[in-house]
Amino acid sequence: MRKKTGTALAIFAAGTALILAGCSSDVPATNPSASASADAGAGTGETSEFFVQADYDNEIALRTTSATGPSDKPWEQALNPQNADTAKYKKAGPYNLCFSNAGVGNPWRQVGFKNMQAEVKLHPEIKSFQVADAESKDDKQISDITDLLGKGCDALIVSPNTTATLTPAVEQACAKVPVIVFDRGVNTKCPVTFINPIGGYAFGAAGAEFLIEKVKPGGNVLALRILPGVDVLEARWGAAKVAFDKSQLKVVGVEFTDGDAAKTKTIVNNYIQRFGNIDGIWMDAGATSVAAAEAFEDLGKPFPAIVGEDQQDFLRMWQDKKLTAVAPTYPTYQWRTPVIAALKILKGEQVPSPWKLPQPTITDANLSQYVDPSMPPLHYAMCGCSDLPGYPGDWGGK
Amino acid sequence: MTVEAPTGPAALGQSRRGRWGAGSIAPVVVILVLLLVAVGIRQPDFYDPPALLAFLKRAAPLIILAAGQYFVIVAGDFDLSVGSLVTAEVVIAARLIDGDPGATWPVVALVLGFGLLVGLVNGLVTTLLLVPSFITTLGMYLILVGAVYTWTGGSPRGALSEEFRMLGRRGIEGVPWLGEIPYAVLILLVLAGLAILAMRSDFGKVLLAVGDNPRAARLAGGRVAGVRTIAFVVSGGCAAVAAILLGGFGGVSFQVGAGLEFTAITAVVLGGVVLGGGRGSVVGAMLGALTLQTLLTLLNLLGVAGALASAVQGLIILAAVAIGGLRART
Repeated sequence: MRKKTGTALAIFAAGTALILAGCSSDVPATNPSASASADAGAGTGETSEFFVQADYDNEIALRTTSATGPSDKPWEQALNPQNADTAKYKKAGPYNLCFSNAGVGNPWRQVGFKNMQAEVKLHPEIKSFQVADAESKDDKQISDITDLLGKGCDALIVSPNTTATLTPAVEQACAKVPVIVFDRGVNTKCPVTFINPIGGYAFGAAGAEFLIEKVKPGGNVLALRILPGVDVLEARWGAAKVAFDKSQLKVVGVEFTDGDAAKTKTIVNNYIQRFGNIDGIWMDAGATSVAAAEAFEDLGKPFPAIVGEDQQDFLRMWQDKKLTAVAPTYPTYQWRTPVIAALKILKGEQVPSPWKLPQPTITDANLSQYVDPSMPPLHYAMCGCSDLPGYPGDWGGK
Repeated sequence: MTVEAPTGPAALGQSRRGRWGAGSIAPVVVILVLLLVAVGIRQPDFYDPPALLAFLKRAAPLIILAAGQYFVIVAGDFDLSVGSLVTAEVVIAARLIDGDPGATWPVVALVLGFGLLVGLVNGLVTTLLLVPSFITTLGMYLILVGAVYTWTGGSPRGALSEEFRMLGRRGIEGVPWLGEIPYAVLILLVLAGLAILAMRSDFGKVLLAVGDNPRAARLAGGRVAGVRTIAFVVSGGCAAVAAILLGGFGGVSFQVGAGLEFTAITAVVLGGVVLGGGRGSVVGAMLGALTLQTLLTLLNLLGVAGALASAVQGLIILAAVAIGGLRART
């Protein structure tokens, strides 16, 4: 009898899994017979709690704002600049600059950090540049900032690991030296300026609008996200969702890939088999866009309209295979700007605060400017780094 | 062999513990058939030969990892290092090949060698220094994660050549009726055959005896430390092969091996292999991996979010071990 109990349990467990699966399949995204509709929420799920309408409106407006500053140096440009007075920070050089970095744990941050190191070399008035790498740990970054403050910094650049947790540490630093924050923000106005490109809503909207233009009405779109709960990624999806909800496209799935190429390929493969074909792929970041496109290639299907990013592997594939593609960017050239800002502040010159950088999109029209076969596949093309000392060798190029 | 081991027959599901007893493959076969029927209902063209082969191609790395993990688990140990080993191998291969086709085969050899070496170190630390394998391989996991992170500065560099990627991505094309036979499936068949042969050999019998009762096996003259070490070497080698296939399939990524150790252990347990060793067959472990992959495919077909898939995986581990415990007491 006990033996039978065991078997029955095993079958029961499998059955339960199936039933669970059955229940959760009631979401509209999985109903192949759902008509292409323009209803809010069709296939795209609930609006995330991260969505802030005012920020969305602001970013969408900034996309069409023309930048002030030299057009060949977008890292020195600013959108709608409100200048902050910095006379009280003026002092004679040479300067000790300090930088508390959240980490270099992905190719985007690696390229960015190279940009920053090279920018420092352009300025002989910088006597020393001390860097602390927090290795993506909040607690390490908090103690890094304290340590750096004890090393005679004239100005401190911070790229916070997370927003809320790092706020008190940044406030503490503000009391001693001028602070420049970039990339992710902090919940305090005390830094002299906060530098970043337009942001996630603009990024997400650019990709979604491209698909709405290129995919025929009623076409199947698969949205691939890295993971939930990260503000910048939530903003990208939030804006895409707004655009898709207003469109005639059918969002057949919203899946999380963990940024893993093999997993992405498997997911895309399954969707192609399930729906016969997928006409558009939206992505919240480009790291796995090549894997997604390869899934179509391996099944002998035509490439869909696809959203990527400015990494060389994707740009190269786009050019070689003549993809219908677009690449919104979150430019790594923003890593040059904090050094420029720090020097302006120490010289008493005005700086934009906040300093909003332009956020270009790569399209068919300007693709050839950015493809560079001599650079490594994971290099981000929108780096503004080709005029910097050490290029291309320091970035891994040939 | 003087060791009375619940071996060969158990592997065939006909031991004195019965067709449904601990270590038998009957339950996993039933579950697999049920899942395959469910997938077939939801997606009838799943059974077209090319689609089926494509599915096997995607399942091959996990099946190979599960086979490797089986050797370690059945001897009473764990190998938690395989996930980070897969990541390390792919990252190393990309950096060394750096897009140069000429470097492909030397790097393939190096990747295999490195996998075997890591397995050997795991085995020697466990058997000679008497560190529990859970700790040894957890340590190895951390060492590999840290070393790869330090070496790469946190993100992979270089690129895999098309020749390297071919193994996990392409196949023999133009085969009538079947379409393309993926190289991954051929590699899987060869390794599965070798694994079954190994378990039928004296080595396999000693391995099962060691897992069942190490002291009895030692008293009976089994080379306990030797076979346990070889089990780790096999697991390391399988992880290397899985890395070659996964890197080929998806390309370079830092996430490629994340969580694979637990997926492999889940697969082995699902295949009826008893944690703690001594019972279960390598066929069961590989079927467990196939079942898990089928389940994940089915969940996707049903539109279940990816996050729930890991919850299901957790449920399977708990249910399989609990049921295994119940069955062992009968």
